[in-house]
Amino acid sequence: MIRVDGRDNSSSLISVRGLNKTYSRGGEKIQVLQGLNLDVDKGDFVAFMGPSGSGKTTLLNLLGGLDVPSAGSITVDGDEITHMSASKLTHWRARHVGFIFQMYNLIPVLTAFQNVELPLLLTKLSKSERRKHVETALAVVGLADRMHHYPRQLSGGQEQRVTIARAIVSDPTFLLCDEPTGDLDRKSADEVMALIDELVGKYNKTILMVTHDPVVAARAHTTLHLDKGVLVEGKTPRESVLAGGAA
Amino acid sequence: MKYSRLILANLFRKKARLILTVGSFAVALFLFTFLAVVKGAFSRGTELAGADRLVVINRVGLINTMPLAYGDRIRQIKGVKFATHNNWFGGVYQDEKNFFPQFVIDPGNQRQVMTEMHVPDDQWKTFVNDRQGAIAGRNLAKRFGWKVGDRIPLQNALYGPTKTWEFNLDGIYTNDKEGGDESQFWLQWDYFYENVPAQVKGQAGWWVLKLDSPDDAVRVGKAVDDTFANSSYETKTETESAFQAGFAKQLGNIQALITTIGSVVFFTLLLVTGNTMAISIRERTGELAVLKAIGFTDRFVLFFVLSESLVIALIGGLIGLGLAFLAIPVVGAKLNGLLPPLLLSVTALGLGVVLAVLVGAASGLLPGIGAMRLRVVDALRRV
Repeated sequence: MIRVDGRDNSSSLISVRGLNKTYSRGGEKIQVLQGLNLDVDKGDFVAFMGPSGSGKTTLLNLLGGLDVPSAGSITVDGDEITHMSASKLTHWRARHVGFIFQMYNLIPVLTAFQNVELPLLLTKLSKSERRKHVETALAVVGLADRMHHYPRQLSGGQEQRVTIARAIVSDPTFLLCDEPTGDLDRKSADEVMALIDELVGKYNKTILMVTHDPVVAARAHTTLHLDKGVLVEGKTPRESVLAGGAA
Repeated sequence: MKYSRLILANLFRKKARLILTVGSFAVALFLFTFLAVVKGAFSRGTELAGADRLVVINRVGLINTMPLAYGDRIRQIKGVKFATHNNWFGGVYQDEKNFFPQFVIDPGNQRQVMTEMHVPDDQWKTFVNDRQGAIAGRNLAKRFGWKVGDRIPLQNALYGPTKTWEFNLDGIYTNDKEGGDESQFWLQWDYFYENVPAQVKGQAGWWVLKLDSPDDAVRVGKAVDDTFANSSYETKTETESAFQAGFAKQLGNIQALITTIGSVVFFTLLLVTGNTMAISIRERTGELAVLKAIGFTDRFVLFFVLSESLVIALIGGLIGLGLAFLAIPVVGAKLNGLLPPLLLSVTALGLGVVLAVLVGAASGLLPGIGAMRLRVVDALRRV
């Protein structure tokens, strides 16, 4: 269940309270997020939409511990991350967050297997255990037969699936997807979204996704709109699409 | 190590750049090692000089001679065990480029003073009894393929009109000290004395004194110079090492020059590799940001960058040292005895490896710190 009213809910996996983010640019202060509240339960799939500069990616960066808020708090699975040191936050990310980027961001000199193995290098798993995990993750995304291919030998959709495998290989608490289909054609985008659907439906993963595409957003349980730094709950895009209107 | 694959994969990302950077290190290390060896050759005379030996020269300069009669008075000074006199011969063997030092020696005292230079007794005996006899160092004989019994002609223009002096090679000397000089050519005093013009007769180029104890060096040196003070041929007496150092300085401050060149080479290498590493890291900003995003710490990122630059430095350094190891004997042979033997010591090799590591670490440090401080959010925005 996803809520933006800020009422106490101790069962939330992710709880955001009074989140503010202000940037300084040329002496001018720009408030990107203003007193934002959000509660996400385990297994939720939420899409964030909004115009460029509305703060979608900033929100995702804050939720993923890549950036620190100007005010407010973010609590994930009982850990308040807003006051963690940079080093602690890095360790926290390794354990709790899986990132899926628009541009895939795979290491071009490593094979699909080696790219997916990267997060596991930070764990104490043995080589054979790592291999087992990587093979499982690549099987989940349907690329078991491409594990020794380099990114340049894969299509865009396949690259994004490797990114998804890398994101899930360490079984993180939740996944953050920043425009996961933004660089893909419709067919590949559908395949990637089908995979993300599967992660939610079959593996009960919690996913927070930023997208511009209403068709992609329609796959989420809930779509939240960001406008001028404020979250607005609306009709689900699925409902909007079915109703023939915009979300 | 589980990170080695990532480090190696990044290293081989741009093979041409890797080859060029490793090549820069190899050339720099080769140059460094070669210069260190040349520097060592210049200073070896000083290092190997006998602590209990003094050299007496004319105070005006080495090319000025002194009366041969000084010998008797020098030997009377307390603390002088033996004294032997030498002259510079300066002949040419076949061609001027075949330079080697030729000394007219005093057979009566040479072996007692220059104790580290060994001539087999039978060869020495032949030499002493042969007015045209000569002794060559082992390296010199090897250089020209001489063997005992050969006739060696040397052209000389220093003592009267140019003429060819003929010598019989009666013996080969060896030097007990590692890296010690084995490139000299000794000839008989009597034969020299008979054939030089009258004005040169009765003159010695310099004396080498063997002392009872190295502790006597200062006192004996002063006593020698005091003995001949206010004469037409005042002397300057110094320890053999000081004499060797002064001799090397006649060519200029070679050691300072070599040190300067070496420093410039390494500073340039530092700039080149530092710039290469900086470019390499800049190209990978997005990838480094992803590594940080998925949980690699800032220290890990610094470790990756430093590891890359250190691997480059070590590979290049070892290639350079290997080249030096192969090339120095060849270059040494080509120098035709202009310098003492070029010896590549373990110290020079070790110093080369240490310098390679230091330059590698220094060149990776700034880009590494930059990568460490990289903000993931900013870097991902740039991708």
